[in-house]
Amino acid sequence: MKDTGTGELRVEAGEFLTCNVEPLLHEVRHGLARLLETGETTTIDLRGIPMSPGEEDRIMDELGQGEVKAQLSALGPSDIIETRFPGVWLVIHHNSENEVIGKFIEVCEIPQILRAQREDIHHGLAELAERLA
Amino acid sequence: MSNENEKTLGEVLRLQGITRRGFLKFCAATTSLMALPPAMVSRVAEALENARRPSVIWLSFQECTGCTESLTRSHSPTIEGLIFNAISLDYHHTLQAASGTAAEEARKQAMQDNYGKYILVVDGSIPQANPQYSTIAGVSNLDMLEETAKGAAAIVAVGSCASFGGIPHAHPNPTGAVAVSDIIKDKPIINVSGCPPIPVVISGVLAQYLTFGSIPELDELHRPLAFYGKAIHDRCYRRPFYDKGLFAESFDDEGAKKGWCLYKLGCKGPTTYNACATTKWNEGTSFPIESGHPCLGCSQPDFWDGGGFYKALSIPTENITRNIIYASAAGIAAGVAVGVMNKAKKARANKSHQKTTIDDLKK
Repeated sequence: MKDTGTGELRVEAGEFLTCNVEPLLHEVRHGLARLLETGETTTIDLRGIPMSPGEEDRIMDELGQGEVKAQLSALGPSDIIETRFPGVWLVIHHNSENEVIGKFIEVCEIPQILRAQREDIHHGLAELAERLA
Repeated sequence: MSNENEKTLGEVLRLQGITRRGFLKFCAATTSLMALPPAMVSRVAEALENARRPSVIWLSFQECTGCTESLTRSHSPTIEGLIFNAISLDYHHTLQAASGTAAEEARKQAMQDNYGKYILVVDGSIPQANPQYSTIAGVSNLDMLEETAKGAAAIVAVGSCASFGGIPHAHPNPTGAVAVSDIIKDKPIINVSGCPPIPVVISGVLAQYLTFGSIPELDELHRPLAFYGKAIHDRCYRRPFYDKGLFAESFDDEGAKKGWCLYKLGCKGPTTYNACATTKWNEGTSFPIESGHPCLGCSQPDFWDGGGFYKALSIPTENITRNIIYASAAGIAAGVAVGVMNKAKKARANKSHQKTTIDDLKK
């Protein structure tokens, strides 16, 4: 474990790893190619993949951070971050105690959860109409 | 109560002020906890949106309340909490406000209103040596289980006690504890074993029922394959150390400090089927092996009688030769003395013990 200098402690990857990092990055590469060719999106559930301490941080380091970072406030915060590879997003859901409840890599133009949802638009329209009546 | 149960899950969540985005987040986490492919999120969302709230009757028998604690320990709106809120929990004697006659009436009313449709959740084993060892409102666990199981659509046996007998069933099993499946033979039973089970596994089974209206695919021990399909060992991040023959020999040696495999310290990961290595505990923070402790094998039958938590799987559990060699003359003398003391103590306890009967409870 090492201090990153920002007060955040990070677990360093050990001598032996599960070796799941490289295959995962290749899966992302294939997903990007598929997105360009057919428009098909890919979602990878990071919590379903065994990783040794520090390996997930390595994936985060490899993906880096791109131009977009959004935060959603619904049932606790969610971070939606575009990685340095356009079209590759990191979606991290937290509950209201800021505990992680889901961690996904999404390969798409824009994650579905960022779009305004039709049901919410209907609700918003009704509310605005009532206010103006 | 019936009108409440007519509401769909989508309606219930919207009444709680949860937006569609929040619902999608809920569905993404639910899909993940059911170990379904992430591409299934939209199908799960559609199914959950229209799912009706099932009535759930939860019976607690010979147990420690650890299973309920595992599911309800958080005060935040976790996914488990939301699923828990999405069901109509009509009877749970630890959680419900009603007590005594009113509580038992609630159980009977729920059974009558939802006969053939309710989910029966059971935690704890059932004593058969003497029904009076564990009673609720004067009714033995055995009678209450048999009566409530009759109208259930399915039974979820939560925890190793309800699934396999658990700690009460451990040798010498003084209460004659048995599992739910030893008594009920004509209903689908889902065993969610563990001591306690991982909370998201409990809610994952409920979510599966809410989503698809069916019970999940089960292994030969009637556990959901999605969570119990792989051995801890197969998905353990320390597995590469095992493959290279690198083991911690004690809890403070160099191997332990380097995070090597805990097999020689008694880890039961190779024979234990559960989702700890990927789902982890405390909202995905860690699991026992990651914290440096061997897996105890708590989701397997008779884990308490497995021959020692710190004994490697490859070492025979009853090493008679070694015991004979180690038993020196002094040791034998001490052993005999302790044996005599224990026998006397047991005789005194038996003499002073009075059994409680149903008639006593009615006085």
